[in-house]
Amino acid sequence: MYLLAIDWYFILEKVLLVGFIVSLSMVVAMYATYAERKVAAFLQDRIGPNRAGIFGLLQPLADGGKLFFKEEIIPLASSKFLFVLGPMLAMITALLTSAVIPWAPSFDIKGHEVPVQVADINIGILYIFGVVSLGVYGIMIGGWASNNKFSLLAAIRGASQMVSYELPMGLALIALLMLVGDLRMSVILQNQLGDGFFNWHIWYQPLGFLVFFICALAECNRTPFDLPEAENELNFGYHQEYSSMKLGFYLFAEYINMFISGVVMSTLYFGGYDIPFVNEANWGLSPWLLSLIGFSVLMAKAWGFIFLFMWIRWTIPRFRYDQLMNLGWKRLIPLALINMVVTAAVVLWLKK
Amino acid sequence: MRNFKNLPPLAEQDMPLTQRAQQVDRKPLTSWEKLYLPGILKGMFITLGHFFKKKATIQYPEQKRTFSKVFRGVQILNRDEEGRERCTACGLCAVACPAEAITMEAAERQPGEEHLYKEEKYAAKYEINMLRCIFCGYCEEACPKDAIYLSQTFAQANYDRKGFIYKKQDLLIPNPKEDPEAYQRALGERVKPPVSASGG
Repeated sequence: MYLLAIDWYFILEKVLLVGFIVSLSMVVAMYATYAERKVAAFLQDRIGPNRAGIFGLLQPLADGGKLFFKEEIIPLASSKFLFVLGPMLAMITALLTSAVIPWAPSFDIKGHEVPVQVADINIGILYIFGVVSLGVYGIMIGGWASNNKFSLLAAIRGASQMVSYELPMGLALIALLMLVGDLRMSVILQNQLGDGFFNWHIWYQPLGFLVFFICALAECNRTPFDLPEAENELNFGYHQEYSSMKLGFYLFAEYINMFISGVVMSTLYFGGYDIPFVNEANWGLSPWLLSLIGFSVLMAKAWGFIFLFMWIRWTIPRFRYDQLMNLGWKRLIPLALINMVVTAAVVLWLKK
Repeated sequence: MRNFKNLPPLAEQDMPLTQRAQQVDRKPLTSWEKLYLPGILKGMFITLGHFFKKKATIQYPEQKRTFSKVFRGVQILNRDEEGRERCTACGLCAVACPAEAITMEAAERQPGEEHLYKEEKYAAKYEINMLRCIFCGYCEEACPKDAIYLSQTFAQANYDRKGFIYKKQDLLIPNPKEDPEAYQRALGERVKPPVSASGG
């Protein structure tokens, strides 16, 4: 159906996909808060929320409802426009990242192939990096607009931390990109598909993955890198002056970031929607079913990462600021550089 | 002012207080330890072990922790077997109270009230301020009539301070004649100290 030289089916398909992915991210973030509380409780020999619904499964709804009905406070001394812009930016950047991720194998509707990926742009992974870097503005603007020294301190900490850890993250990724030779997320993913699970990039880039993972923790402001919201040092960090759903957006953005980084890591290093040890393409199932299976496999991997994040959070104490900077600049960057040089040499040697 | 010259010498202060004291190892980290990752992994498996452990939580309103036999909770004003109040408002409990939480007013028993009060004198008003009470149990020890003792419940939460001043009605044990079950429940399983002088 072409009207005004626009493929309206294409637009409809993408709008539906975007809607699905955004709501998916929201729901996953909601239940990540529940999972966080449960995991924290279990690691501390407690039970966790279990009153709202069976196993407390309605707890996120209750929390969300509470946040919506709380009083909306905008401090008099704050810069009002920026104060509102902060959480918006945090949320938008968190959601934007999901656009280039291949969520499942493509399926077809009446012979028309539908890829389960919003945009397969040729700078895929660079786009993710660009949007993730924007995330720092959410924190920085929020902290600055609050007109509160603790918030500002936290925002500065957050900004410097994110900028510092983006470097080794990018360097770790360069090694991977040299292996694949493409920035497209779909190509990076297809490079890992196949029977075994030794196609996965984790086997070729273990050190790169380690650096990437540590940096992902820092980018998501998760413990041990949660300096921007260190409760016992900075009261509550950059969102101290926020209340109601604006606070909710900040907290939500954090969980969405966690989910997306889990998905990105699964896609880059753990074969995305690839099922290990089998070649699901040979099963002769309908593309619809394969697509669904692939999607659930990716979700399982992402939840695995979310659990890992939480497990780390409730085990390791926070770094001191100088330790954070030492780790970032003196350990991770040299490590990532070495990894990059070695990978480059091996790639060149194998190509000869 | 404290005289710092008379403190024991430092060497003596450093003596271990218990036999479990250990010298802290301040050796610089080895390069293996400096990697941190092995240490972090070790820590993570310790917490993972706790993931599967039995949980310590007690689901409060449904499940209650059993109190010890000597637990000292909220005071209760006792009745005798016929449901008559035992208290004679002698004021010994108020005198014994180190927190000065107890006040009372005495009154004379009128003819026809024999089924309500055991003796000729009774407490018309009896108040315990639960915000002051320290649950030491001295009132119970002081009472010659076995009229007050500490139960196995604790003071309930309340919205204002007034609610914590327990009146006689809040403190009285249920009547054993009218509601023997509630009476037994209120008695609890607490081991009471022996009464010094039994009331006649």
